[in-house]
Amino acid sequence: MTDFTQLGVKDIRDGVASGDFTAREVAESFNAAVDAASALNAFIVATPDHALAAAEAVDAKRAKGEELGAMGGVPIGMKDLFATHGVQTTAASHILEGFSPQYESTVSQKLWDAGAGMLGKLNLDQFAMGSSNETSYFGNVVSPWQKAGSNAAMSPGGSSGGSSSAVAARIAPAATGTDTGGSIRQPAAFTGICGIKPTYGRCSRWGVVAFASSLDQPGPMARSVEDCAIMLGAMAGHDPKDATSLNRDVPDWEGALSADLKGKRIGIPKEYRMDGTDSAILDSWEQGKAMLKDAGAEIVDVSLPHTKYALPAYYIIAPAEASSNLARYDGVRYGLCDLPEGAGLQDMYAATRAEGFGDEVKRRILIGTYVLSAGFYDAYYTQAQKVRALVARDFDRAWEDCDLILAPTTPTASFPLGSLNDDPLTMYLNDVFAVPASLAGLPAMSVPAGLNPDGLPLGLQLVGKAFDEQGVLDAGLAIQQRAGFEAAPEKWW
Amino acid sequence: MTDYRIQGATGEWEVVIGLEVHAQVTSKSKLFSGASTAFGAEPNSQVSLVDAAMPGMLPVPNKECIRQAVRTGMAIEADINKWSRFDRKNYFYADLPQGYQISQLYHPLVGEGSLLIEADEKTGIPEDKTIGIERIHVEQDAGKLMHDQHPTMSYVDLNRSGVALMEIVSKPDMRSPAEAGAYVRKLRSILRYVGSCDGNMEEGSMRADVNVSVRKPGEEFGTRTETKNVNSVRFVMQVIEYEANRQVDVLESGGTVDQETRLFDVATGTTRTMRSKEDAHDYRYFPDPDLLPLVLEDDFLEDCRASLPELPDAKRVRYETELGLTPYNARELTAEVETFARFETLLTAAASAIGKPETKVATQVANWALSVAPGVVKGLGDEANLSNSTPEAQAAILAMQDKGEISGGQAKEIYEIVLKEGGDPATIADAKGLKQVSDTGAIEAAIDDILANNQDKVEQYKGGKDKLFGFFVGQTMKAMQGKANPQVVNQILKDKLG
Repeated sequence: MTDFTQLGVKDIRDGVASGDFTAREVAESFNAAVDAASALNAFIVATPDHALAAAEAVDAKRAKGEELGAMGGVPIGMKDLFATHGVQTTAASHILEGFSPQYESTVSQKLWDAGAGMLGKLNLDQFAMGSSNETSYFGNVVSPWQKAGSNAAMSPGGSSGGSSSAVAARIAPAATGTDTGGSIRQPAAFTGICGIKPTYGRCSRWGVVAFASSLDQPGPMARSVEDCAIMLGAMAGHDPKDATSLNRDVPDWEGALSADLKGKRIGIPKEYRMDGTDSAILDSWEQGKAMLKDAGAEIVDVSLPHTKYALPAYYIIAPAEASSNLARYDGVRYGLCDLPEGAGLQDMYAATRAEGFGDEVKRRILIGTYVLSAGFYDAYYTQAQKVRALVARDFDRAWEDCDLILAPTTPTASFPLGSLNDDPLTMYLNDVFAVPASLAGLPAMSVPAGLNPDGLPLGLQLVGKAFDEQGVLDAGLAIQQRAGFEAAPEKWW
Repeated sequence: MTDYRIQGATGEWEVVIGLEVHAQVTSKSKLFSGASTAFGAEPNSQVSLVDAAMPGMLPVPNKECIRQAVRTGMAIEADINKWSRFDRKNYFYADLPQGYQISQLYHPLVGEGSLLIEADEKTGIPEDKTIGIERIHVEQDAGKLMHDQHPTMSYVDLNRSGVALMEIVSKPDMRSPAEAGAYVRKLRSILRYVGSCDGNMEEGSMRADVNVSVRKPGEEFGTRTETKNVNSVRFVMQVIEYEANRQVDVLESGGTVDQETRLFDVATGTTRTMRSKEDAHDYRYFPDPDLLPLVLEDDFLEDCRASLPELPDAKRVRYETELGLTPYNARELTAEVETFARFETLLTAAASAIGKPETKVATQVANWALSVAPGVVKGLGDEANLSNSTPEAQAAILAMQDKGEISGGQAKEIYEIVLKEGGDPATIADAKGLKQVSDTGAIEAAIDDILANNQDKVEQYKGGKDKLFGFFVGQTMKAMQGKANPQVVNQILKDKLG
């Protein structure tokens, strides 16, 4: 059997379309790879039959000479935050263990309609809350990457850690992610892959288990900018079932991709040069500037003065929304129900939620409940919303001087699993560079920039104006071409 | 004018009342989902994925519900807020699948308006009074718990979960149970005119939270209690009476009124504590992040306004000034949608049958509709088949009466037959001989006979005994077996007697 697992989205789609190989062969390769990679714990459930059925449908269409779709024949991993009809959907929580939706999320449906198949449901931080993929009820996800000279298990980042691990390990050519405060970009950076969070509203949230509604945004994760452009095109589009969905046409991002950045001004925000940022990260940032300049762009210094308030504001707004969004998991209608002998309704709530939610989820529910309480609301939530508006205004002002912003994706490279467990604040700092674009609802992408001295991947982040995914992808492509990032984790699993 | 006062041991107390009326918006589907809102369906048969709060489900506002709330706001001449927003009211209960109710706390759809209640000596409202309305906001209804299905478990019916409600909040402007009753009736009437709520209190389409406090006249407002979910006008008035007297008793015995939520017990007509202020929920209101602010376009507002019907107050005034009806008749006819609708249909039919403009026959039709016809129906009891009482049949009777073909009494008799058996009034009049004789020849002949046989009385009349005119009329009617048109009889008699 030929091994197709080194292929990306574009290669598979084009190869299937031109008849170089069948979609079924590809699906079989990846199904086998998934099966052999249980050490990564990237998948909560594998769905080889789904992948095969989709592949056979594509092969049948090709035999009849029909259109195969933008993702025709590409098997992908689906973050287990997307509801999939008849397939367990858990948000990596105990409270939803065994829950099988009778509906399909808009984004996953669009992907199936575009010819993609599902390899399985990918592990994640529980309810997408986490930056290391250590809060899943179904166990940590392990990064395929290891530090040079060490076999310590490393974090794939989070919350889309199953997605990043699977794509980096070549057990899936691409995967869906969701990004609330960096959950696509940070894991992409940690594992040497690409991931884009589009403009808020580009991809429908319908059928995506909610974490923080005003921030949650699905996006693709893949090993190249082109693959991200292709997959984002298949995921995006107006959805009347999501009141916050953007009612705009989806551009042909793939077709318009261009690494020629002549006339583009790239802003370098001085506030992102923070204490505690790894020197290797700062070096890669410098290299990124040089690459974009080489691609024809002009580099300008810009200021985003409220950057340092973004993370604290995020950790008020996101938990506040989460505390309300997660109230529906109450044991009454679906999912876990713990009804102790002789218990009343309140006891059932307490028992079910105590049993069903992990510590990090409980921590955020507590924070969110606190900041929305009478007497604290104005001091926390209202204040955080003002900060959010100021962060958005920072970007608006920066756009007077530049078209895109270049920054590191994370302040450090990946870290060993378990190393930050007792220190949630340091853990939260992982997203310090990612959160401002989330608060402002802007498209932002992480692309691999190189390896640090330990041999771990580093990512560079591009943030664009609202709706300008094209600009972000183009600059990402320019970096990709110049960085020449070919490194892959050595297979140990 | 006499104000409503509670007579306490320490003197008179004034009652201060504010009402929060929850009115179910008339719409085919729920506020944020496509599920049906029809009443009385099998439990949990009208529940969408959104209503059941399945993971990842999102609310999408139903434009029709917004439209109805805006039209209602316009009907009470309120400010319509072109920018409003939905907030989440968070609390846990088994009938609330999301764990929060989507409502509008900070920026309601409709701002301040008002409503007029009319003077009514009978019920104790001395003069017309304008009651202020603070706001109208739209929100989701909850589901229903059923405790009688299982010995130890409660069941949940989510059919109502997510149904759109308007919460119409009055100012504390009412001062008596009668005013509160009139307010609810008037509000209900307006809602039904507008068509934004069916006003069916028995089915729970309309219910009120009753806020009551007492004070010595002229002093500051006292502490209020809120009695929840009161579902009839009579109960609203009972709650106020009971609560006001209870509060006066508490205060006069040296106690203080607790700000609390109370429940009304229909069986005893009393209220009791449901939860005290200390137990009050912290609802953690915040803007619903699943929904964008609601921004209303001018076109939409114009459409809403253009779709409003003539409202009760305007209609009442027009009935008085244009149709010349008495204030009483005008008020009676405009109080309910069905009443004015029946009246206006009959008025059109009658004017056409009679061949006169509506303004000329309105009084006649109003008297028929309000007094004559209901009298006949009532007299018949179960024998009356109201489906026979078509506007055409009634108009035909009124037209015969107007032309002098039948008398008032004959009109009632014919109507009675129509109600019992149906049929065409003219045919009935012919068949049953229920017609006045207006044939001057026949009447003249009868009168000639009577005058010839009563020469003495004719002389006396001519000699000045005017009262004898009645005698001649009576004799003529007798001779004609009561079927002569009295006007014709009068005329001929006057001519002949000089």
